[in-house]
Amino acid sequence: MSETVVDMVKIIKNYQIADQEIHVLKEIHLQIKQGEFIAVLGPSGSGKSTLMNIIGCLDTPTSGEYFLAGRKIQDQNEKTMARIRNTEIGFIFQSFHLLARQTALRNVELPLIYAGYKQKERRAMAEAMLEQVGLADRSSHFPNQLSGGQQQRVAIARALINNPTILLADEPTGALDQKTGIQVLELFHEINSRGRTIIMITHDAGIAKQAKRIVNIIDGIVSEGGLNIA
Amino acid sequence: MLKEILMMALDNIIGNKMRSFLTMLGIMIGVTSIIALITVVQGVTGEVIDRFSEMGAGKVTVQAYGTALKAGLNENDIADLSAIEYVSGVSPTVSLGSTAVRNNKIFEDISVEGNNEIYFENNQDMVIQGRPLNIYDMSGYSNVCIIDENIADELFWGENPINKQMYLSGQNYTVVGLMESETNFYRQNVGRVKIPYKNALSLNAAANIMNIEIYLYDANETQAANYEIENVLNAAFNYAEDSFNIVNFESILSSMQEMQSMLTAMLTGIASIALLVGGVGIMNMMLVSVTERTTEIGLRKALGAEPRQIQYQFVIEAVLLSLLGGLFGALFGLLISYIASAAMDTKFALSPTAIALGLGFSALVGIVFGWAPARKASRLKPIDALRSE
Ligand SMILES: Nc1ncnc2c1ncn2[C@@H]1O[C@H](COP(=O)(O)OP(=O)(O)O)[C@@H](O)[C@H]1O
Ligand SMILES: [Mg+2]
Repeated sequence: MSETVVDMVKIIKNYQIADQEIHVLKEIHLQIKQGEFIAVLGPSGSGKSTLMNIIGCLDTPTSGEYFLAGRKIQDQNEKTMARIRNTEIGFIFQSFHLLARQTALRNVELPLIYAGYKQKERRAMAEAMLEQVGLADRSSHFPNQLSGGQQQRVAIARALINNPTILLADEPTGALDQKTGIQVLELFHEINSRGRTIIMITHDAGIAKQAKRIVNIIDGIVSEGGLNIA
Repeated sequence: MLKEILMMALDNIIGNKMRSFLTMLGIMIGVTSIIALITVVQGVTGEVIDRFSEMGAGKVTVQAYGTALKAGLNENDIADLSAIEYVSGVSPTVSLGSTAVRNNKIFEDISVEGNNEIYFENNQDMVIQGRPLNIYDMSGYSNVCIIDENIADELFWGENPINKQMYLSGQNYTVVGLMESETNFYRQNVGRVKIPYKNALSLNAAANIMNIEIYLYDANETQAANYEIENVLNAAFNYAEDSFNIVNFESILSSMQEMQSMLTAMLTGIASIALLVGGVGIMNMMLVSVTERTTEIGLRKALGAEPRQIQYQFVIEAVLLSLLGGLFGALFGLLISYIASAAMDTKFALSPTAIALGLGFSALVGIVFGWAPARKASRLKPIDALRSE
């Protein structure tokens, strides 16, 4: 249980706007071990999403080294990056990002399509996963027929379907009321208790407290916030 | 994977019914006009060609203009033509003028044509009453003739002329058949008589054979036969220029067919402009679609879609849209050409070439005009795409 799944060494991310360089991430060092439930806590604009995009292989750092599950992520071509995102990362977004014209089941199946599973297998796996998040009876509903909490649980099922190394959640409760937010966090605990690594990004200290470990990020600089034994 | 991508594309087309239909309309109009034009043109010209080839297949017509030394062909030349290996029969026409007399009634300026039995075998419908001339009439001693209705009216006064006698250039002839009169646009009461070919030569020893029809065993050997015929005629007229003309139906036929395909190509080209306009419509819709679905594209990429898979999804969507338009267009085009051929009373021929062309073109238009938008989609960076909302 001590394998390092995320290893960031001197990660820097700059954006060039006109002739001005914006330093968003400043020499970030971060190690996350298999099975951790970690919260990245910081105010708006501090660089949380930028960090998440690099962890999730949606973006590449300006400099520094990043190892994901022991593999160095650097200058890979688009196709390889797509494969890594498909198999290693499960994304959860603040606004759910479900496809509006697809049923809950089809939404959950989506990563399996790109992983090359056959229709029958996909269906069975997606149904099982929806059951795990408590939505077995909603599989043929469309997103607009589901509540926010239910939509986020569909998104969680989708994130877990490919059995990823990391569950990566950017403000997962940001669009939910407090009660459903807590339900989602309970689901996270349950998922983490089965050994899945969870990285959760939030600007809310109360929500960050739910994680086992907190990392603070302010102005692109990361500092350890300590362990929670909540 | 292809099946999934196809489903995705179809989902989106069905999800935007009205827009998809309007986009398809351009392609539909293009394909409809291509198919309708091709089938109608081929139906009409095909019928003309069919009738023409029925009339003239396996037949070569020679017109002998003659030279100062030799005004036309003679019996030896006919024998030479008959001897050509491809030739099944030669039917010369010996033309001369004459006067017909019966019971003191006189019909002047009759055009008399001497023909052989081959001529009558090949012009079965000519005799409307009585019988045609046959091989037994060709001995040269049998004075039989076929007259036209003008002469029958003038000399027989409505009596049945068959087996009755009349004088032709002073010789007694028995009428055995009747043929329709031909209207001549400057002489109304033209009279025509057909007599055995040898009789015509003996009526006027100087009569020239100006017109010969040569029948071939096999229409496919027209070219080779043509060559041999030319040799014989060149020898007959001592290689004098413009002394004869060979009309062969195969060459007329092939130039008609050439004209047909030229016409088809031209009309297809014009109709293709509609198809191009339709293609621009598809490109426009796909560009809008890519912009609208930027977040979806970003999400798909975050979930593991490769650029190529995104590109295929959009290209296939464009092709599907275009092909669907093409399919409806083909149906409409066939319907229109069916109605048109019924109205013009021509044969309705379902042209597989036209359908293949229409569908092939529309698929091509889909690929060509779907390519750029799809490439744009596939190149979107997932973070930018996700952030766009
Ligand atoms: N594509 C970009 N181009 C320029 N600046 C960017 C871009 N993405 C993010 N930034 C800037 O980087 C900073 C951090 O953004 P972000 O990581 O989204 O913050 P957070 O998620 O913590 O709110 C912000 O100041 C933002 O304006
Ligand atoms: Mg953010």
